[in-house]
Amino acid sequence: MRRPLLTCVAALALLLTGCTTGSEGPDDGVVRLRFQSLAWQQESVDANRELVKEWNATHPDVQVDYVQGSWDSVHDQLLTSFEGGEAPDIIHDASDDLADFAYGGDLADLRPLLSARLRADIPARSWETTTFGEGVYGVPFLQEPRVIIANRRILESSGVRVPTPEKPWSWTEFRQITQDLTRSMGPGRYAVAWPLKEPVSVSLNLGLSAGGQLFHRESDGRVTVRFTEADAVVPGTVHDQVVTDRTAPRTTLGSGGSDTLPGLFAGKYAMVPLGFAYRQQIAQQAPKGFEWTVLPAPAGSAGLTQGVSPQTLSIAESSPHKKEAAAFLDFFLRPGNMVRLARGDWMLPTGTAALADPALHTARDGWATGAAVAEKLSPAPAQSVRGYPEWKDKVATPAFQEFYSGAIDTAELRRRLVEDGNRVLARYQRR
Amino acid sequence: MSVLRTSGPARAGQYLALLAYLVFLAFPFLWLISTAFKPAPELASLHPTWIPKDPTLDNFRQAFGEQPLLRAAANSLVAAVAAALIAVAVATPLAYVTARHRGRLASAATGWVVISQAFPFVLVIIPLFLILKNLHLINSGPGLVLVYVVWSLPFALWMLMGYVRAVPAELEEAAAVDGAGRLRTLVSVTAPLLVPGIVATALFAFVTAWNEFFFALVLLKTPEKQTLPVVLTHFLGAEGVADLGPLAAAAFLATLPSLLVFAVLQRRITGGMLAGAVKS
Repeated sequence: MRRPLLTCVAALALLLTGCTTGSEGPDDGVVRLRFQSLAWQQESVDANRELVKEWNATHPDVQVDYVQGSWDSVHDQLLTSFEGGEAPDIIHDASDDLADFAYGGDLADLRPLLSARLRADIPARSWETTTFGEGVYGVPFLQEPRVIIANRRILESSGVRVPTPEKPWSWTEFRQITQDLTRSMGPGRYAVAWPLKEPVSVSLNLGLSAGGQLFHRESDGRVTVRFTEADAVVPGTVHDQVVTDRTAPRTTLGSGGSDTLPGLFAGKYAMVPLGFAYRQQIAQQAPKGFEWTVLPAPAGSAGLTQGVSPQTLSIAESSPHKKEAAAFLDFFLRPGNMVRLARGDWMLPTGTAALADPALHTARDGWATGAAVAEKLSPAPAQSVRGYPEWKDKVATPAFQEFYSGAIDTAELRRRLVEDGNRVLARYQRR
Repeated sequence: MSVLRTSGPARAGQYLALLAYLVFLAFPFLWLISTAFKPAPELASLHPTWIPKDPTLDNFRQAFGEQPLLRAAANSLVAAVAAALIAVAVATPLAYVTARHRGRLASAATGWVVISQAFPFVLVIIPLFLILKNLHLINSGPGLVLVYVVWSLPFALWMLMGYVRAVPAELEEAAAVDGAGRLRTLVSVTAPLLVPGIVATALFAFVTAWNEFFFALVLLKTPEKQTLPVVLTHFLGAEGVADLGPLAAAAFLATLPSLLVFAVLQRRITGGMLAGAVKS
């Protein structure tokens, strides 16, 4: 019996020796920055890695370590890292996830750190997405409008007017066209499929085009929810397409965007409203001969305006090397580099100079449509509202899901969003 | 000894239910394998097939090309094996004492087990993070193993207590009558009978650690130390978008070690515990 016991102890010792302890790096005078990136598509990861490599090659005194994070769990991971004082120096995230970290003092105010070039290159409306109180807590660098990906053959053969960014469909026209299209496509097929696994962001962001705002900041700084006629336009259109017109299938309401692609490829749906970056999946997965096109989302009284939560780069307040981190951001987000990052992620850059790059204005893969929409992108309505995540999860998501499936009417949707919603927000705004 | 007999139709019904249950359990795994071998256009087909029409290894090539899966698997293996060995090494004597000496200690231990299983990860992660940081065990394998041991210990203890109770105390008493000392009784009589339980408990601790994601995500900072579940999430984008083919290929590979360990040790677990130990 003694021999197996000794063997076990020895094996354990070996195993634990194999797990080496972490170190802070050699004390060689070189500043080491940890950059946690959420890039995940291979082209995007490659672009990020190449830029880090280029920086490291030209800055021997400030070396950047690239660490890949995950969108799936970034909030909890950052929360723990901030609490434990072990946060990465440079943090990739989305602007709608920053509010709590910014107000909590975890992120550095970038105003004294960023170069004038970078500040001037990114439009004010994009900076608004990362401005909380008086400070700026992230550099918005990539953004993704919602567009309509359409089966070109079905659309063109039906004879309906094909919209352009200059002459988009109105929401009323969109509803009419989906009726005509569904009729011409035949039974079992639908003009549009709405993947509404995340119904709140879709409803709010597209709702801006019709003048919907939902969240209103009062003179005392408090935010309240109001559901006006303008707020009802987009949800009403989707509801009517699913419940009244039957031009959109009920089955996709609980789906993510990827789940609707097989139906699009098979001609079951003529159009699917999706994020701009989904084009990468379509280019990769579409069967040979599938012709697709990118259309702008319908416009309302506010034109093509829609809300976005850009991807951001922030610096941890606890980082001892904020200036060096800001210098890296300045390099990383030079116009040429921003174009490389945007192309890698199939998204649009926020920087004016990068957005003017001809590579992003080609008709191929719908780049031109997205670039044309870019100047109409605004901060998502709930961008800086404290308590928004709880409002979204507990009140708005179930309310919108029930509304879109026809289980409740507009009055009940309004009551829940406003009455229940304001009760939630009030808890976050007590003084 | 009476034998419970069932009628023909009842037995057929039982087999049918068992078959349905097996299909239910096997479906996700078989679908995972099928997905791992499908080319991109087949993945996006409206009429998915069980067997890929045009099977390909591209997803595996892409998965290995994009992410350091082997290194991550090695990290996971080291952490899971270490956690399993330490957990059973600590839990076995504790379980013996608790099971044999019933009283307040046993009640307290059982209470601790129940309560500890009720804590969600997010509740304990921040204090745990701070403690490990003070011990300089952030971003280290031993730190992660320590967490896994602590996390799996209550349930391991609970499992082993059941196995210890199943060993008749009369056997130990008989050994004592025959002149065996306390230690000799434990080593020569009780321990061999506990082997299936210890193996089952070690398997539980291994699988728990092998599949664990959140602690590894939060505690390991550098890419070189990340474990397989953490690296698997690198195939996922925002709002649940996934690089499905490579993800399925990598996930399929991630399930293999658990299956292999189960296959190898299955006989140890199911081999009749106490077989031949007691004359009836």
